[in-house]
Amino acid sequence: MTMTTSSTSTTSVRKSGSRLGYRFNLVGVIGLAVILSWALVAVFAPLIIPYPVGEIVDLDYFGPMSHDFWLGSDYLGRDMLSRILMGARYTVGISLAAVTIACFSGVVLGMIAAVAGGWLDTILSRFLDALNSIPSKLFGLVVVAAVGSSIPVLILTLSVIYIPGAYRFSRALAVNINAMDFITVARIRGESTLYLIRSEILPNIVGPVLADLGIRFVFIVLLLSGLSFLGLGVQPPYADWGALVRENIGGLPFGAPAVMFPSLAIASLTISVNLLIDNLPQKIRDRA
Amino acid sequence: MNSRVLSLVLSRLLIALITLVIVSFAVFFATTLLPGDTATILLGQAATPEAVEGLRKAMHLDEPAIFRFLRWIVGLVQGDLGRSYANEMPVADLIGGRFVNTLKLAGVTALFAVPIALTLGITAAMLRGSLYDRIVTVLTIGVISVPEFMIATSAVLIFAVYLKWLPALSFANEIHSLTDMLRIYAMPVITLTFVISAQMIRMTRAAVIETLNTPYVEMALLKGASRPRMVFRHALPNALGPIVNAVALSLSYLLGGVIIVETIFNYPGIAKLMVDAVSTRDLPLIQSCAMIFCLGYLLLITTADIIAILSNPRLR
Repeated sequence: MTMTTSSTSTTSVRKSGSRLGYRFNLVGVIGLAVILSWALVAVFAPLIIPYPVGEIVDLDYFGPMSHDFWLGSDYLGRDMLSRILMGARYTVGISLAAVTIACFSGVVLGMIAAVAGGWLDTILSRFLDALNSIPSKLFGLVVVAAVGSSIPVLILTLSVIYIPGAYRFSRALAVNINAMDFITVARIRGESTLYLIRSEILPNIVGPVLADLGIRFVFIVLLLSGLSFLGLGVQPPYADWGALVRENIGGLPFGAPAVMFPSLAIASLTISVNLLIDNLPQKIRDRA
Repeated sequence: MNSRVLSLVLSRLLIALITLVIVSFAVFFATTLLPGDTATILLGQAATPEAVEGLRKAMHLDEPAIFRFLRWIVGLVQGDLGRSYANEMPVADLIGGRFVNTLKLAGVTALFAVPIALTLGITAAMLRGSLYDRIVTVLTIGVISVPEFMIATSAVLIFAVYLKWLPALSFANEIHSLTDMLRIYAMPVITLTFVISAQMIRMTRAAVIETLNTPYVEMALLKGASRPRMVFRHALPNALGPIVNAVALSLSYLLGGVIIVETIFNYPGIAKLMVDAVSTRDLPLIQSCAMIFCLGYLLLITTADIIAILSNPRLR
């Protein structure tokens, strides 16, 4: 996801996030703005939706965009805009929870493996690599088949799927740091593993780890939407964006707006995160 | 091939084998340690204690999980995939034809995607920084950032709803002529081609750019080699390994894509079979399908790794 940096530097605008000493360019700021607005929508959705999500308000099903129903209506005649705004809660909330768990566990395990080395490192790496070679959608399918798909199960499954990636990434970074002189010095001082991880390694990898968290967030949003689209993710009466596409797929032959807009919502979120990550200030990205 | 390469390749194969065992373990336990007794669920209304007891015995459910796992593995190796709960048929019979269908879909997609992606990836790398390169990069990032079903629905909207070239949904059971066949394959293949081409273009572009940045390519340029000569004679032969590696890796994205595409277009492949099995909780079928997918995935990434090892000139 790093390839647009060269192309966007030409368009960079001296936008000041100067209080922090970082300089964002325009594309990055747009990405950040879209992400923040979806986050706000997710928090305040019940206050801003024009119609109750479950209520049939349009006489027509798969209604077109109109003054009353900005994004048309769904297969039962419910307001699409309200459903998408509420859907943000599930898509953003579940993905955020999952990515937090995944990255936290992955990074902690990765740092422990890098510092401890030896058999612990080998076993952990082997095992997590093996988990990594189960295709992610398949993993989701199997777990849902076994335990059903409640929201906590979804969050846990998604995070388990992405722990190996976060582990691999942070372990690679931590191994590099671990070879540096100041770590050796700290070891000689007799510092504990906990201290080494918390105070010597973590501060040096936190930038790239945060960027990686963003990329993993995109993967999780896409996987969650995919599972919901297959009918195995968020279950009715709740609906995230993937589930909204699924329930309205019957409108596809008529080109109903109800099919495209939830997909567009997903795309706007994931593309924004990618843009933000690609345009993060070098200072954050390359600290290691 | 010297002994160092051989040992590297062998150790990679060994790792793949160990991974396969761990994966089969994970798949088996994820599907069998579920809450609820399988025998009770299967019998439904007729679940008298005696009947449940009998069925549990017959299905070996009363044995420890580890024995059932071993029994299952031995069965798999011998080609016995078990019986489907839902329709009382041997799983192997259910999977057979479906598997061929999926392979056909994947094969046709690869046939289109690989040449397109390689051309775009290599030319974008050659013209790095140009408008063309930027358009290709933005498009690939766009395709990677959206869910597969969005590409599928967009394809339907464009080709079926607005242009009216193709039917919106395909049913593979009524093939009468070549045009029928084209109509059935067109939409799934277009969607899948988009999904995996994007990955392949990115990786190919990165691989070629990496080679173009090496000192010997710069040397060729300094000696006065023309740009095409520099790329085709000096850079590409050395980038071939990474490119083939990229192709194998991107083909593994077919697995994820195929699950969505077969569902949305009603394509009678193994992924559709598995999604249906999940909704009926048909465990033997799910396990077998999952193992086939994992095997395919592992095969692709192991091949990619081995190609990377073999193409590394430092190891020759």
